[in-house]
Amino acid sequence: MSQPVLTVRGLCKRFPAGGDRFVNAVNHVDLSIARGETLGMVGESGSGKSTLGRVILRLSEPTRGSIEFDGQDITKMPKGRVRPLRRDMQMVFQDPWSALNPRMRIRDLIGEPLKLHMRLSRSERDDRIEALARRVNLSNAYLNRTPANLSGGQLQRVCIARAIATEPKLIVLDEPTSSLDLSVRAGILELLNEICRESRAALLFISHDLGTVRMISDRIAVLYLGEVVEQGRAEALFENPSHPYTQALLSAHLPADPMVKVNRHVLEGEVPSPIALPSGCKFHTRCPVAIDRCRSDVPEVHQVPTGQHARCLRIPDGGNIYHRKQTA
Amino acid sequence: MTLLAVKDLHTHFVSRDADNRVRVAKALNGVSFSLDAGRTLGIVGETGAGKSLTAQSVVGLLRPPARIVSGSVIFEGQELTNMPAAELNDLRGGDIAMVVQNPRTSLDPLTRVGEQLVRLHQVHTGGPQALSQQRALEMMEAVGIPDPLSRARSWPHELSGGMAQRVLLAMALMNDPKLLIADEPTTGLDVTVQAQILDLLRDLTAQFNMATMMITHDLGVVAHFCDDIAVMFAGSIVESGPVPDVFAEPAHPYTRSLINATPERFRMGEKRTLGGQPPDLYNLPLGCTLQSRCTYASDTCKATVPNVEIAPGHLALCHFAGQLAEKQPVKDQASRNHA
Repeated sequence: MSQPVLTVRGLCKRFPAGGDRFVNAVNHVDLSIARGETLGMVGESGSGKSTLGRVILRLSEPTRGSIEFDGQDITKMPKGRVRPLRRDMQMVFQDPWSALNPRMRIRDLIGEPLKLHMRLSRSERDDRIEALARRVNLSNAYLNRTPANLSGGQLQRVCIARAIATEPKLIVLDEPTSSLDLSVRAGILELLNEICRESRAALLFISHDLGTVRMISDRIAVLYLGEVVEQGRAEALFENPSHPYTQALLSAHLPADPMVKVNRHVLEGEVPSPIALPSGCKFHTRCPVAIDRCRSDVPEVHQVPTGQHARCLRIPDGGNIYHRKQTA
Repeated sequence: MTLLAVKDLHTHFVSRDADNRVRVAKALNGVSFSLDAGRTLGIVGETGAGKSLTAQSVVGLLRPPARIVSGSVIFEGQELTNMPAAELNDLRGGDIAMVVQNPRTSLDPLTRVGEQLVRLHQVHTGGPQALSQQRALEMMEAVGIPDPLSRARSWPHELSGGMAQRVLLAMALMNDPKLLIADEPTTGLDVTVQAQILDLLRDLTAQFNMATMMITHDLGVVAHFCDDIAVMFAGSIVESGPVPDVFAEPAHPYTRSLINATPERFRMGEKRTLGGQPPDLYNLPLGCTLQSRCTYASDTCKATVPNVEIAPGHLALCHFAGQLAEKQPVKDQASRNHA
């Protein structure tokens, strides 16, 4: 595998919550993404997925840890020096309606990053805008319209065209298909997959939809309370989830096929508050296989035989497995 | 026994344009289905297909300019479409309960949740206040709210999404409903919470022998939670039948492409047949509403579409229902650019 585009080490982000209390949104995250690779990040609401995506792009300042992008440490880099780097790192947001200026024409929206980051003559830029629109399967007829005249799927295509306009090395996609209908979703995923292969851009795909993530990702990281509890190749992680939380998450997922039997292990209770994180393993309050030691000891990351890395005390003693996949 | 029978329901939005000409949006076009006690029907379709409108038409919650222009809704032998509002109010919240997508906007923010449950019970059954309070605590317990006594004193804003949805469910159960209409009850929730709520709904449906009408766009929920499925497109049920049959042998091209677009069936790089604009409800084409998007469409599709029964209880609104396997697509995703 080639040199990673992005390497994140020990990244933390906390927000003040009044007094001397803090919301610990992201806790000691390590991850890396190589060129042409798609890393899927899954987790429930409040798990810190979106915050992590924003901190990685320095849209939000990290509290601790380091972010290395394309060989440069950007953790403490002054804003003014990060700006030119934005050409190489782009983002697509969940809600295309609020991500696009409603008063601008589609042509100008797609042209905006070109104007900011590339020196192009007017005709060169127009050519490029049209090529980008073609690339995202958007008819040229829409270029002179405003966002209000386009459907959600079309607007998300515009957002993608904006993100790929400057040929970035990293694109962070925060729930890009969550607001779209199933019928439109498949097309957007297919487009992203093509773009990733053609441009060799690294994608960080943030989503809570396990089916979608499985479809598009090479590797998957599972987030719980701001911590990566398990990380590994997509297929291995889906076939043999090793962290009890991953197991519970996957078992709660309902495949759209009545013939696939699901072996449900519904988690009790709710996610603890990120203001008062549980001691020891953060998952011990809901974990079905927790032992006394899980309350006090912070688990190390272990590699399991199927290749994933998981943060669970019970991996060495084999007590981490309570969910076995059943096939009908 | 049939609890709810909807027959040939047409709901239109009648308005006037800038030139004062009457415009009619045909939002529901002959929706028919029936639901037996203890069964769960999943209604799926894309945004604007008429899923929620069907529910609103059934319980008489339509607001102008929407109105039912023809068809009937029979609940336990009573016709609901022309029932006086006062009688309908007795049914709604009583024998017919509804749970909607966004639990927090459905609760009164200025009333403690326990009080809201009590009020609903009082309105329908009267009786001593203490009895209603007792009932409220029981229902909160039944839907798995821990420590109901203290939770009853919570304000709606103090509840998490999953907890608020449970409160709404408890509210729906207050008066022993016979029919539960759940409009996207788990859409805003995380998968683990969704699993909790669905398991709960399943238990309650069995326990109280309720019929459930589940509106969703998540085929996974339908596949594992519902007995029957109805697929809607442009205000019509294009295919309906028992869940295993429809998933195994989708007979309508729309259902087929919908199922093929799910992550389980979808393969990257395969030719897709889905996508495209929904038809203009003000100006529906003659014959099949899917024809501009359908890869099997031919001139035949301009004629009135038959509702074909492929197997017992499995219906599809298509000229070629049941023959798709031997038929070749005649055009190659013409509307791909407009997805």
